[in-house]
Amino acid sequence: MVLSIVLSGLAIGCVYALIGIAYNVMYSASRVFSFTAGTLGMIGGVLGSLFILRMGLPVWAGFILALVGGALLGVVTEIVAVRPVLKSLDQHLYVLSTLALALIVQQFTAIEWSTDAQPFPRIFNIERNSFDQQYWLPMIACVVVIVGLELLYRRTLVGHAFRAIAEDNYAARALGLPERNLRMASYALAGVIGALAGFASGQMLLAFFANAPLLTFYGFVPVALGGMGNNRGAVVAGLVLGLFQQAANFLVGGIFASVAVFTVFILVLLARPDGLAGASAGRRV
Amino acid sequence: MIDMSTTQASRARPSAIGSGALGAALPLLVLLVIGVTLPLFAGGYWGVIATRACVYWVLAAGLNLVVGFAGQIAIGWVALLTVGAYTTSVLAAGNVMPPLHPYLALAIAGVVGAVCGVIVGLPALRLRTFYFAITTLGFATIVTQIVLAWASVTGGGVGVAGPIFPAPFDTQWGFYYFCFGLAAICTWMTANIAKSRFGRALTAIRDAEVAAEANGISKPGLLVIVFLFSGATAAIAGGLFASLQSYITPDAFTIDLSVLFFISILIGGRGSILGPLLGTILLTVLPEFAAPLVAWSTFLYAVLLLAIVLVMPGGIAELLDFKSRRPLESNRAIIPRPDLLKRLLGQDTAPGTLTLEQVALSFGGVRAIDGLDLTILPGQVHGLIGPNGSGKTTTLNVISGYYTPQGGVARLNGVALTTLAHHARAHMRIARTFQTPRIVGEASVLENVMIGGTIDGRGTFVESLLALPRHWRDEKMLHETAMLALSAVGLEQLAGVRADRLQHSELRFIEIARALMLRPAFLLLDEPAAGLSAEEIRRLGALVVAISQAGTGVLLVEHHADLIFDICHHVTVLNLGKMLAAGTPAEIRSHREVVNAYLGG
Repeated sequence: MVLSIVLSGLAIGCVYALIGIAYNVMYSASRVFSFTAGTLGMIGGVLGSLFILRMGLPVWAGFILALVGGALLGVVTEIVAVRPVLKSLDQHLYVLSTLALALIVQQFTAIEWSTDAQPFPRIFNIERNSFDQQYWLPMIACVVVIVGLELLYRRTLVGHAFRAIAEDNYAARALGLPERNLRMASYALAGVIGALAGFASGQMLLAFFANAPLLTFYGFVPVALGGMGNNRGAVVAGLVLGLFQQAANFLVGGIFASVAVFTVFILVLLARPDGLAGASAGRRV
Repeated sequence: MIDMSTTQASRARPSAIGSGALGAALPLLVLLVIGVTLPLFAGGYWGVIATRACVYWVLAAGLNLVVGFAGQIAIGWVALLTVGAYTTSVLAAGNVMPPLHPYLALAIAGVVGAVCGVIVGLPALRLRTFYFAITTLGFATIVTQIVLAWASVTGGGVGVAGPIFPAPFDTQWGFYYFCFGLAAICTWMTANIAKSRFGRALTAIRDAEVAAEANGISKPGLLVIVFLFSGATAAIAGGLFASLQSYITPDAFTIDLSVLFFISILIGGRGSILGPLLGTILLTVLPEFAAPLVAWSTFLYAVLLLAIVLVMPGGIAELLDFKSRRPLESNRAIIPRPDLLKRLLGQDTAPGTLTLEQVALSFGGVRAIDGLDLTILPGQVHGLIGPNGSGKTTTLNVISGYYTPQGGVARLNGVALTTLAHHARAHMRIARTFQTPRIVGEASVLENVMIGGTIDGRGTFVESLLALPRHWRDEKMLHETAMLALSAVGLEQLAGVRADRLQHSELRFIEIARALMLRPAFLLLDEPAAGLSAEEIRRLGALVVAISQAGTGVLLVEHHADLIFDICHHVTVLNLGKMLAAGTPAEIRSHREVVNAYLGG
């Protein structure tokens, strides 16, 4: 029993962490939190089910197409909902534009795909056991993304450019970095990460349009608690959140588990508005 | 009801404003007449739709103060509708205790809703925008889940019967009039708030939070009151909603409904009552015209929201704002009338001294101010100059209370200032302007200046809500003082113009007028001459001199050396956070280090 709680907790925690990383990747490039983060995860699950189960494509093709779909949604987010409002960041219009886009995608999926949760295919044809693929797939995805991002950011020129933009947008532009292209690339990358999270957790969460608001909320918890833009913080907080939620699920039941998660989230945030690892905001006047 | 408020307005206020208020109320009056006569020309089905629009507006009217006025992105307000619906239904049905009268149940729901409104809204006092948006969404989910789980009281997934209000409100049109009456009252009350110092303070929190604090507006205090009000109206709407549905289950309270409320306010336009009202009617009625589109309604609302945000952030209200499309006179000049200052500032500014003693503050490794001593006397202009990054604005921010110094102390008449919250500075009659003008662009010039007098109002929020006499006295006083302040700085002919249509130099003078509303004992000016023409700088200088002659101590941060040397009694030169020199303008002008380091040649 304890084992299954820990396994499912770590697995779901990895999904939350991945969505949190998607938030962070978009935030680093544009100083914008996007409501579409959870939608990216939902789309990964729905597209996977669509391509593999409904259209009968091979698993690898469905996987790649789902990630491409996520990347496209990321780019669309940047073009439609982020770029036009970047000039007036202080008016917080991005909250509204990304919310609108998230709702558009979510409602479209509900109507054109299904309003009920649809099954997701098994990825590997191996027998079920207690450490099933539905648990280890999200974990592998999480490790791959963390290692991949680390290599990208530390070892490649493009990665250095990403970091330069995250550090100081104006200075980066003054140095002649193609800020807009890098931002689009970041949103595409976030799309891939989000879709990967949805695809890897498809067997756990199913292909369901309502996963979007759920992941948007639970994926933001690690970002808020781990400190915005801080991927390591997001992973740790995501795993803790997953374990806490599954433990509470087992101890007090599903409904009160989400109440517990929410209460803890609010209390921690009220005590530390910048997250447990965050620094306070700068000069206002 | 709307009618009553306008007649009172024209009696209490000068006639120009009275006719403006009448013009603004005209569309509301038309809606009132249509609403009252609706049963004469509409069938029963439209009665249900109209009732629903009224119920939605009862909630949206309160939420409008939170979203449209205070600018807090509260998406999950359906949580409060749920709370109200279940509280009313459960109390009236009597499945936990003896059944209560439906009116009593509705009133209790209002109280419960007010408390819950504060709980849902509380994170806004501490969290940034997106964080708050997410937490309200979380609340909406949590409330629905609790309702589902708490089956012994709420009936769980099976649901509970809604209350039935007694005659004459038990028929379809009777219930319509009940809801319509409440909707009209909500319109009237929120319109009163919009045109009060509280409404203006809310828009200041939304668009110029720092300026709001500098003018003594306490964000937590005001927001808590607004959340109480908004929570109460949302819960009462919930009681009505339950009665309209006649049977409620958790499924009725979806996020889609929350989105509808939120979007109708944004489509209507921020800082408007009429716009969101039309938005609510529009979104309630729209699906009725296209039955096949009902499934797509949330999708369409979202598309509408995106379009509004990207193309027309002002919403319906801006579309209807014909006045602001008329071009302004292009060759207008700012001609201050310093002679009015004596009347404006009065004689009651208690003289005292503002002193900084060995104040030190560093950010990370940078010493922004390093042991600074400063004395500002009443009736004198004290210049503060120095190269960029020498700590001038930081000094102002220490006095304003935005920064707590790590060493030393700022005193007013010997009392240390450091322990006070920054919005308390206004009560000590310390006013300031900002390097980048902090203005509410969508409000008129006059309203912007009236924000400066917020703390001098005597009426409470409830008195403004109900338009009681003290509300009108405050408005009259603030209006007259603001017109005087505008005349003093030379902008009275622009009083009715939207502030975002003005030139940069005019915004600087608006900020001075707003600061003068405090009848400041000390006035901190942060580069007031930046971006002004030579002629404007000359007039600004004369104005500042006149302000000091009226008894106010002025601390002037400036880069224009000529202005400083012309009008200052005393000048302090900063370099790297330290005092490089201090003395009269003549002494500074001949100070060798200053000339070398700063003035050049």
